[in-house]
Amino acid sequence: MHQIELRNIALEYASTENHVTALQDVSFSVEASEFLCVVGQSGCGKTTMLNIVAGFLKPTKGEILIGGKAVTGKGLDRGVVFQDFAQLFPWRTAQRNVEFGLEMKGISKEERAEIALRFLKLVNLEKFARSYPHELSGGMQQRVAIARALAYNPAVLLMDEPFAALDALTREEMQRFLVDVWRETKKTVIYVTHNVAEAVYLADRIIVFSPHPGTVKAQVKIALPRPRDTLSVEFLNYQKEVVYHIVERK
Amino acid sequence: MRRALIPFVEAVLPFVVVGILWQAFALLGPFPPRLFPGVETIFSTFVRLVAKGILPIHALSTLLRLILAFSLAGLLGVALGIIMGRYRWAEDFFLPLTSIGNPIPGLAYAPLFVLWFGLGNLPAVLLVAFAAAFPIVLNTWTGVKAVKEIWIRAAQAMGAQDRQLFWKVVLPGALPYVLTGLRLGLARAWRVLVAVEMLTSVRLGLGWLIFGAREFLNTDVMLAGIAVIGLVGFLLEKLVFQKLEQLTLVRWGMMEA
Ligand SMILES: Nc1ncnc2c1ncn2[C@@H]1O[C@H](COP(=O)(O)OP(=O)(O)OP(=O)(O)O)[C@@H](O)[C@H]1O
Ligand SMILES: [Mg+2]
Repeated sequence: MHQIELRNIALEYASTENHVTALQDVSFSVEASEFLCVVGQSGCGKTTMLNIVAGFLKPTKGEILIGGKAVTGKGLDRGVVFQDFAQLFPWRTAQRNVEFGLEMKGISKEERAEIALRFLKLVNLEKFARSYPHELSGGMQQRVAIARALAYNPAVLLMDEPFAALDALTREEMQRFLVDVWRETKKTVIYVTHNVAEAVYLADRIIVFSPHPGTVKAQVKIALPRPRDTLSVEFLNYQKEVVYHIVERK
Repeated sequence: MRRALIPFVEAVLPFVVVGILWQAFALLGPFPPRLFPGVETIFSTFVRLVAKGILPIHALSTLLRLILAFSLAGLLGVALGIIMGRYRWAEDFFLPLTSIGNPIPGLAYAPLFVLWFGLGNLPAVLLVAFAAAFPIVLNTWTGVKAVKEIWIRAAQAMGAQDRQLFWKVVLPGALPYVLTGLRLGLARAWRVLVAVEMLTSVRLGLGWLIFGAREFLNTDVMLAGIAVIGLVGFLLEKLVFQKLEQLTLVRWGMMEA
């Protein structure tokens, strides 16, 4: 059984003037503890797909199965990390941000604090538990967001270009770090990006979307051991292959 | 030491200059001292009225009225603003009303309120609450609208239900605007209140003190009263609102220090 399965998903944005078919007949699956990257040109429906899996959008057609069961709305089985640093609540300290999901679950204060500190430690921010988001750098804020999405223990982590707004050096550091966290927590990850090198570095498997309407065009399995050498010939070949799928005409 | 003095001098300077000009005008100008008392007379009257407990009791009763009216305006205003921000029908219904009502000076309603509620405290408090509620409603409404969609999404992804969403995301998220509304509401309440006291014949109050002093040409009492009004307004702003902002918005980085 697949951990996540999308079956013939279609989505139309129906504004008053024009209909946009953002996704058409999208089907793919993700195995438990797999790291799946979704790449594609801007506007090919990656965010739309992720929002459907997260339960923020209802598909026009098709269904989504998680753990074999059809899901329709949001759920605590999925954690979400967005691109925008502003996703953290500015009125809560890093620790209280991480506690939010646990609070919603009704977990006691002491236990919450203990779990939150454990996850802050996982993202190397235990010293900043009492800092407010605006006192942290962009990379640190995204790490808090990751800790927050992991703290209530969802099986699936959905990430939409979480590092796109970071500078190149910090981004590389965050990528290494994310791989560590993923190996430690064994989450199933769907990670959306339009950065091919990032996808090849992170993914077990890459799904390439093509635009207008967004649909799955190709899949590439990355059979490289970790940690990956981004300058190796194999790595560059994978990069070429993925880029080729992206730019190739239908 | 000198460094610390400079801001103080800067803060005090405008008042010293105005004091000197005032004094010069009192001595050399066309008004008799009875109508245009010198600074020293105003000051000694101020001290005398404070020592006798007259100014404090008037100030206190005005403050009590203010607290009552402002609490009423704050509670109802924030509640209505939130309802307007969250429900479309409430927005469609109340927004035109509050938008048109907002620029009307509260005092314009004073004669009506006196006719409806008689003289004394009741019309004064109701009118002040009514006038102060407008900026509170409008700013709270704006604040709820300005709550970032991504906070809502993040919270919902973490399992927040409507109730929790409201208390833990919408309310703190709207706080910068709510505080602005409360501050504007308080300033308006303070201004309207002093004037309303002159019109509704309350027994005690700064407005009444000033208005009453007119009959005996006690300009020094009037000016002492005006000084207290300015001082209390200033302290409310500094002590209450700036403190609140320091503790919340500035601490959270939602506002520049
Ligand atoms: N709320 C919306 N209303 C109407 N059309 C939309 C809406 N959101 C997205 N679209 C359209 O749907 C298509 C897919 O958008 P989506 O945001 O999913 O792309 P994306 O792959 O995430 O792009 P990017 O890499 O730039 O983030 C685009 O053509 C876009 O114009
Ligand atoms: Mg996107």
